[in-house]
Amino acid sequence: MLENTLPLLEITKLKKYFPMKHKLFSKKRSFLQAVDGIDLRIERGETVGLVGESGCGKTTAGRTVIRLYDPTQGKILFDGKDIAGLSQKQMLPFRRKMQMIFQDPYASLDPRFLVKDIVSEGMVPSLSRGEKLEKVKFLLSKVGLNSEHANRFPHEFSGGQRQRIGIARALAVEPEFIVCDEPISALDVSIQAQVVNMLQDLQHDFGLTYLFIAHDISMVKYISNRIAVMYLGKIVEIAPSDEVYTHPLHPYSQALLSAVPIPDPGEAQKAMRIVLEGDVPSPIDVPEGCRFRTRCSHAMDVCARQTPELKEVESGHYVACFLTDEDTHPR
Amino acid sequence: MQKLLQVKELRTSFFTYAGEVKAVRGVDFDVHRGEAVGFVGESGCGKSVTMLSVMDILDDVGKIVGGSILFEGVELTALSEKKMQAIRGNQISMIFQDPMTSLNPVYTVGNQMVEHQVRHSKIARSEARRRAIDMLELVGLPQPEERIRQYPHEFSGGMRQRAMIAMALVTGPKLLIADEPTTALDVTIQAQILEVMKDVRKELNTSIILITHDLGVVASLCDRVNVMYGGKIVESAQAMELYRHPGHPYTVGLLQSVPNPAKKSKERLVPIEGQPPDLLKPPEGCPFAPRCPHTMRICQQKMPPAFPSGEGHSVACWLPLKQKEEAHDA
Repeated sequence: MLENTLPLLEITKLKKYFPMKHKLFSKKRSFLQAVDGIDLRIERGETVGLVGESGCGKTTAGRTVIRLYDPTQGKILFDGKDIAGLSQKQMLPFRRKMQMIFQDPYASLDPRFLVKDIVSEGMVPSLSRGEKLEKVKFLLSKVGLNSEHANRFPHEFSGGQRQRIGIARALAVEPEFIVCDEPISALDVSIQAQVVNMLQDLQHDFGLTYLFIAHDISMVKYISNRIAVMYLGKIVEIAPSDEVYTHPLHPYSQALLSAVPIPDPGEAQKAMRIVLEGDVPSPIDVPEGCRFRTRCSHAMDVCARQTPELKEVESGHYVACFLTDEDTHPR
Repeated sequence: MQKLLQVKELRTSFFTYAGEVKAVRGVDFDVHRGEAVGFVGESGCGKSVTMLSVMDILDDVGKIVGGSILFEGVELTALSEKKMQAIRGNQISMIFQDPMTSLNPVYTVGNQMVEHQVRHSKIARSEARRRAIDMLELVGLPQPEERIRQYPHEFSGGMRQRAMIAMALVTGPKLLIADEPTTALDVTIQAQILEVMKDVRKELNTSIILITHDLGVVASLCDRVNVMYGGKIVESAQAMELYRHPGHPYTVGLLQSVPNPAKKSKERLVPIEGQPPDLLKPPEGCPFAPRCPHTMRICQQKMPPAFPSGEGHSVACWLPLKQKEEAHDA
């Protein structure tokens, strides 16, 4: 078989706006600009981490990419085919290639279904009942549960085990691409490592590609090949994960990383912390120009006038900031 | 340093339909004046229940079944509710994970802060208001004069937690108990709140008990750390000592299961296999034995006492220290 060199997923200028409620007598329609023009390529077998504060649009981005939300604008090339404008029916063959793992393992499993029904629901109808059950057992063993668990209800499991069931359900349709939306943030520390290790093993065994959304940057750095940092609906920096960590270029990435607590008192005292003032502005009424300028300590005049574009400043390292932009701010 | 709080052999249970849940099973610890002590452990390990017992705010089915809590030499478990009210919120304050549910949505922030002071001491409302503004300024809330007239819903998550800290500190308590104060917040806001707590400690010399599951948060604030598991303290040490020379296999496991972002190499994480114990039927021996890689026969039969292991460091584990070090190196 020929090696497929197309990126598995390529999104360009993707936007997702949510209309806000009409104010009485108001003619102006306002929109919540959750995702406002992002570009991202994800190669086959890669894990891309998407980090940012709550409300920055990372979950909306993940959901729009797999068409759980209809995009407002932009292209989503999956395997080279644009799926952004497809109808629900045309989407069907793509649906089984992309799956999602959710944050809350308590809310994402139907309490009235047995585990075997939850896992087998998405499987192709051509399989017989026996074949489905075999497959359920195989998947459960893959996620570290055993076949007896198939005949139990979700409430009989702990949070970590439920997350494993959610992962088995996602794998049941043999997907190529999985959006993991904060899959470990609801779990205890010692259980988080179990699930992350398992996700890595599954990626290796099934050749999966992940978009890993989380706010825990040390975990994202650990699991991802590349990290994209989002702020208020835009990607401000993309780079290989070690590069983002050791050598962040965007002032927001720098602040975000310096805020991560280090589990070592010696290192923690040495670390320079950039404490950001204030809060994230509202995504309904975003600042003109660079969105981060209201909290940025390097803000210049140009930041208010123009929006910085995402540009490659070093090989594989993209930044959207005038500080690193050769044209406006030669180094 | 003087001992401010001394907890001995504390036992707390919840009497539920399913039976007695032994949430705290004999906990000993001290807090000195001006000290910041961290409590680390997974959900259900008893760290919050221990502090709720200290404050005497357990819900109906919860009861302290044994032990003593001495605060400045006064036995809190023997106090009447009325006397306890003079201490709670005045001498010992507590802040919680979710600032929205701790603030009353129908009163302004200022109103709540003034009410709180007037209740605890004979103070004029105007004076209480002035103090509230000073305290909000100390915790870094911008424009406190205007903010004090606003309602909690007009505040962002980080600002609400600042307001909660200000409210907890406005009566000048000697001890502040913070139960996962930053868990609901973003890392950038978490960094702000931790800075506030450091400043507060320096300015007011308040002792702090910080409950968290995040080893990174503890490292940045606390002098001493108690690690809890299955309703017991399994290890207690100075923060630096705990991170450098962890003695209990559970502590070692916790430290290994979080990636250290400062390290460049991608060592595979070492998770702790299995699940935490069910405290309806607590194990007879060490609660960690079923998940412990070094478990021995005695671990299943008898709970190890806290063995001293170096200065101010105690570990509740049967495994002799030397052997443990060999096991780590292997």
